[in-house]
Amino acid sequence: MSTVAPAVQPVLPAADDRPEFENVKSWKAPIALGVFTVFAFVLLVVFGREGVSTMRLSTTSDLIQLPDLELPTRMTGIVISVLLLLIAGVSVWLVQSRRKVPIWLIAVFAVLFLIGFLVWAAAGESIPVPGLLFGSLSLAVPLIFGALGGVISERVGVVNIAIEGQLLAGAFTSAMVASLTNQPILGLVAAMFAGVLVSMVLASFSIKYFVDQVIVGVVLNVLVIGVTGFLYSQVMAPNAALLNQPPRFERINIPLLSEIPIIGPVFFRQTLIVYIMYVAVALVYYGIFHTRWGLRLRSVGEHPQAADTVGINVARTRFWNVSLAGAIVGLGGAYFTLGSVGAFGKEMTAGAGFIALAAVIFGRWDPIRATLAALLFGFASNLQNVLSIIGSPVPSEFMLMLPYLVTIFAVAGFVGMSRGPAASGKPYIKS
Amino acid sequence: MSATQGPITESGTPATPDPEQPSRWNQAFREITTGNAIISVLAVVLALFVGGIMIAFTNDGVQEAAGYFFSRPGDLLREVWNSVAGAYSALFQGSVYNFRRPSFAAGIKPLTETLTFATPLIMAGLGVALGFRVGMFNIGGRGQMLIAAALGGWVGFAVDLPYGLHMVAALVAGVLGGALWGGIVGLLKARTGAHEVITTIMLNYVAFYLVSYLLREGFLKTPGSNNPKSPATKATAVFPDLLGSTYSLHFGFILAIAATIFTWWLLSRSNLGFQFRAVGLNPHAARVAGISVKRIYVYAMLFSGGLIGLAGINQVLGTTTSGFGAGLDSGIGFDAITVALLGRSKPWGVFAAGILFGAFKAGGFSMQAAEGVPIDIVLVVQSLIVLFIAAPPLVRAIFRLPAPGSAPRRALPNVSQEVAAK
Repeated sequence: MSTVAPAVQPVLPAADDRPEFENVKSWKAPIALGVFTVFAFVLLVVFGREGVSTMRLSTTSDLIQLPDLELPTRMTGIVISVLLLLIAGVSVWLVQSRRKVPIWLIAVFAVLFLIGFLVWAAAGESIPVPGLLFGSLSLAVPLIFGALGGVISERVGVVNIAIEGQLLAGAFTSAMVASLTNQPILGLVAAMFAGVLVSMVLASFSIKYFVDQVIVGVVLNVLVIGVTGFLYSQVMAPNAALLNQPPRFERINIPLLSEIPIIGPVFFRQTLIVYIMYVAVALVYYGIFHTRWGLRLRSVGEHPQAADTVGINVARTRFWNVSLAGAIVGLGGAYFTLGSVGAFGKEMTAGAGFIALAAVIFGRWDPIRATLAALLFGFASNLQNVLSIIGSPVPSEFMLMLPYLVTIFAVAGFVGMSRGPAASGKPYIKS
Repeated sequence: MSATQGPITESGTPATPDPEQPSRWNQAFREITTGNAIISVLAVVLALFVGGIMIAFTNDGVQEAAGYFFSRPGDLLREVWNSVAGAYSALFQGSVYNFRRPSFAAGIKPLTETLTFATPLIMAGLGVALGFRVGMFNIGGRGQMLIAAALGGWVGFAVDLPYGLHMVAALVAGVLGGALWGGIVGLLKARTGAHEVITTIMLNYVAFYLVSYLLREGFLKTPGSNNPKSPATKATAVFPDLLGSTYSLHFGFILAIAATIFTWWLLSRSNLGFQFRAVGLNPHAARVAGISVKRIYVYAMLFSGGLIGLAGINQVLGTTTSGFGAGLDSGIGFDAITVALLGRSKPWGVFAAGILFGAFKAGGFSMQAAEGVPIDIVLVVQSLIVLFIAAPPLVRAIFRLPAPGSAPRRALPNVSQEVAAK
């Protein structure tokens, strides 16, 4: 579970088989912070750029207009490098005195690093901050739904590689049903059904026939890509006007909240699906950790024998919760067709399900952390979009690569031995 | 399902309660109908049947005939038969033997196409299967193939070496590239415990953008061209054709056979392979037995990446020698996972699965061209085959075959071991 400290491994080469104690000094975080600090110093100070970076904090339609933030590029870089160095120093001191580096310190480090990079990249240009964040959230929505489904499914003990398939099935069905009925709400419901359908195949094969869950997941992805691709070419594309022109959700501005500077335009001028997402994140978090349903779900995922002993029906709990996970992921699929793109396209999810899976593991099977990880992915993708508009000093390929590199570093450096639910991936054979 | 529960309770009972033997035919019948082979065949049949339903349902002629089904039901049946049989015969003629061609030499060409398509699938499938046997899930086929193609391809077009030696050098560079990209994953898992599913997915993207950049501005760029495509491989490095220039089958297929033999030897005859399997079955027990699990993770990913790298370099030196782009893997990295699953992570199983999927790929293109059936149906059939093969009780229930446990005096292991393909 997430409260258990990650098993720490000393970096000593001979320590391979040493028993792992809780208070062994883990130098991973300071080393990672140090590497990033050096990187920031080289980029922001050594290769520092002259000029003024402008951060536009308000959109033109805001009631409260904030003035643009103008930062001298090189000076900001120096200040941020010093701050990063300080945090790295604090982390060294913490580990030296056998304490853990708190997660919020790492978060502050990450935010400072990002700001430093943004200011460096925007020398002589201006970056629309609300637009950047708004786009990040939009890109992250399907990832968050996918990650929530993944968290539920894995917490109950079924590895869900089929997130990609559930997203794609949701996207296809919602486009078709919404186009036929001209009702985006019905499309949303249909997407949930499609996700549940994929989930039920996953659940019945892995729970009833004890097929390896990873196998079923991978195969289901291929199956859904095949079925939707086939139906798209055979049925949908020839009748696109009838079947593939779904009405899109309108943006809803929430009164008052949508007028808060920066936060308002980003979070409260969204479509219905995004508001559903906020509720879903909160509900899943509360449900998993603070209700009887969540306790049962986690116990089945951690120790099915024990759960069975106290009278919980393991197979049934797994089946219905995996189905629920499918419904949530299906909503994320609907966002592709009813929220962002506006029509179905072959393989339009383009690996989002796998990124969501990475967010689940990155977020250590915790709904809130997984959401944050998904937001990070969304931010990184959108950063590249924004920087390519203002003319990024780095080749765009490296910008696009950045989120994935950061994830590797983060997973290797901060998350480390991530431990999933103990019984995840194992069929429960009642004997 | 009662069939799945039966053997578990019976496995503990002493064998041969009844001394009388049934007839040999009866026994042979039972062995055939309860064996793995029949399940595989029936799974293929079942998958093709479902695919046929989809083809028939979406066919225009069938839909038209369905409109007046009650006046002339024969029309509907004929249309269904025409659409399904047409599609599958096109699939067969595009992958095995084309009866419309005049001579045997021309008619057999589709089979050589099948083997050409199968070559990278077998190589990459072996890599994924090797990972499975060590308990690691290598989704990084795409990245490993790209890096292999970048390094090996560079040796192939930029270095001047005599014929033969050049090919070997490019091959080695490619395999090393794949092994390097896989080895990073193994090293990260061993050193920091980073989950290989995340790191392989992330490295896929990193490799894709890295190679895209190199093709656009780096050392893979074709001089004087704005196309993000590498220069053509030099003739000294290109794989020789196996059956002359009329067929596309090249030396890569021999390499695929060699890779299969090597993987078989590695896994079932070598010391390292024993450690691989031990770690895959139970890492804790392996560690207690004195195997350095972390070292094995690194080695396994090196070999896995190397085999997938072979698939990458095969594409550059054999299949498309006119230069490659960043889309060179064309889904092979992911197809390899299904191939490895269908082959149950056993080297010769992967070989057979690779050829079957190669046939679907070769036939799928001609089916799309001849009958207008989208090639995506091939994905549906492929995934259904794997799904059905992974769940023997389901196939038995559909065809009403006897379950292994119901055979007289044969105490069989419980069903979960049988389906554990990983």
